[in-house]
Amino acid sequence: MGTSALEFEKPLVEVEKQIEELRSMAAEREINVDAEIAPLETKLGELRASIYKNLTPIQRVQVARSPRRPFTLDYIRLAFTDWIELHGDRAYRDDPAIVGGWARIDGETIMVIGQQRGRDTKENLHRNFGMPHPEGYRKALRLMKLAEKFHVPVVTCIDTPGAWAGLGAEERGQSEAIARNLLEMSQLTVPIIATVIGEGGSGGALALGVADRVLMLQNAVYSVITVEGCAAILWKDGKSPEMREKAASALKITAQDLLELRIIDEIIPEPPGGAHANQEVTAAAVGEALLRNLDELRRLKPDKLVRRRREKYLRMGQFEE
Amino acid sequence: MAWFRKEKKPRQPKGPRLEIPADVWEKCEACGHTDIRENFNKTHNVCPVCDYHRRIRAIDYINILLDDGSIEETESDLKSVDPLGFPDYPGRLKKALTNAGDSDAIITASGTMEKMPVNLGVMDFAFMGGSMGSVVGEKIARLGQRSLEKKFPLIIISASGGARMQEGVLSLMQMAKTSAVLSQLAERRIPYVSILTNPTTGGVSASYAMLGDAILAEPGAVIGFAGPRVIKQTLGQDLPEGFQTAEFLLDHGMVDSVVHRGQLKQTVGQLLRHMSGKPAATGWASS
Ligand SMILES: [Zn+2]
Repeated sequence: MGTSALEFEKPLVEVEKQIEELRSMAAEREINVDAEIAPLETKLGELRASIYKNLTPIQRVQVARSPRRPFTLDYIRLAFTDWIELHGDRAYRDDPAIVGGWARIDGETIMVIGQQRGRDTKENLHRNFGMPHPEGYRKALRLMKLAEKFHVPVVTCIDTPGAWAGLGAEERGQSEAIARNLLEMSQLTVPIIATVIGEGGSGGALALGVADRVLMLQNAVYSVITVEGCAAILWKDGKSPEMREKAASALKITAQDLLELRIIDEIIPEPPGGAHANQEVTAAAVGEALLRNLDELRRLKPDKLVRRRREKYLRMGQFEE
Repeated sequence: MAWFRKEKKPRQPKGPRLEIPADVWEKCEACGHTDIRENFNKTHNVCPVCDYHRRIRAIDYINILLDDGSIEETESDLKSVDPLGFPDYPGRLKKALTNAGDSDAIITASGTMEKMPVNLGVMDFAFMGGSMGSVVGEKIARLGQRSLEKKFPLIIISASGGARMQEGVLSLMQMAKTSAVLSQLAERRIPYVSILTNPTTGGVSASYAMLGDAILAEPGAVIGFAGPRVIKQTLGQDLPEGFQTAEFLLDHGMVDSVVHRGQLKQTVGQLLRHMSGKPAATGWASS
């Protein structure tokens, strides 16, 4: 974990360091330290579990954004088979901030689409930090329509701070691209399952998020605005930890909050220490949830599927009359 | 991603000052031209000197578009609640209700337009920056439902900084909700005209505002996904002249036409007649 550890993970780093030191000493002196390491590893496991059990909303934001977390392509590698990536929107260019293509789950073909972040600076420049341009959303729509044509379900992974705010994005109609996806996804005649795997940042996330089932990893967040943006606008302070924490709590962005608000349908548990602590276990849990939901949705006739999806969204909102 | 603006003070504060006589002087915000209010009202608050389209209230647009005596407000009993227990939200709502009226950030109405029955929604920037929360989404959904039932065309005039952050993801979901309604209208071939006024940004521009069978914009209106300030920040330099204006969007193929406020009613009427198989209006057939 080392230098990229989050502030609240520091106690874990301490124990990990002790274990590491014991190991290197043992190797140097050619002695067996298993008896000394075992209790430390137990302690590490317990510490990790207890820290992760009680994460605050702002800590979950940090976890959701962590570069160590599994990204869309990691889930594609770990949970699916027979992946072949498809590129481009056929109008302007290929946007590397969104990946998509055919894959299989349990032998059956699905269309997988998701925002893709980068692990390091170079990768992030290429992927634009997972912030898509309009052509990314248009590629996503092209692939969804392709899946519909061949009666194949669509599986999306949501992992973005938001849609890109820049000159080219505005010139090429960022708003229209997002709006078009919302409309088309509400009438696509094949099952759609969206999974929030990291940060679900506002309209740029929702443009892949109109679905029959919306799943969310335990430590993922989903918000109408970034906590920084919210704090900056409402309290003129988007930088201080206190205001960011206040915004993170107020906005109700955790999986548990959103399940209670009936925005999402299911929480996918993460291993102790978060998705990054064990990518394989996390991907297996995601695969299991997808398969189970797909089995249910595949039984519905297209018109019923669309009707139910629309009804679900038409019910959303709270008001008084 | 800053889709939100702080609510602005309404142009006409309530209280004793409402009693000001009609011949009070007003000043164009763009060129400084000064005239009596009555003259500004005659031109729907378009400056007679520089053509600047001044901000007007939702009710003013309803009066511009719908035929006299045909107007009936719908869904007027929907009220915003505070579903998240968001800090200061009840206070802000109360302030908006006092200053901007009790229709929330959109007034919806049924009526006729050049004798055609239509359903019209007009956003009100004076109410919390025209921000879209659950009530705005529900009003549009119900208005759309009315259009579906009667096959009446739908018109929405937008003026909004985006989703209302005090209702969190519930506000975000109104983008999906309104788009779902519009997909039903599209399926039944019921025309929908979207009119963009200053400003139309964020979650509103990224949902129903950009989904019209025809999209019209008022001259000079700022329209975009991200607000100009946010883009300036990511860009680290000043924005090009005219960036994100209605005219810029027209150049980039994002709207069908930039329409002067004085031409709005007849333009929408012409479009709706084309899209609903009705004959041309008298006086337009030969022109
Ligand atoms: Zn003027």
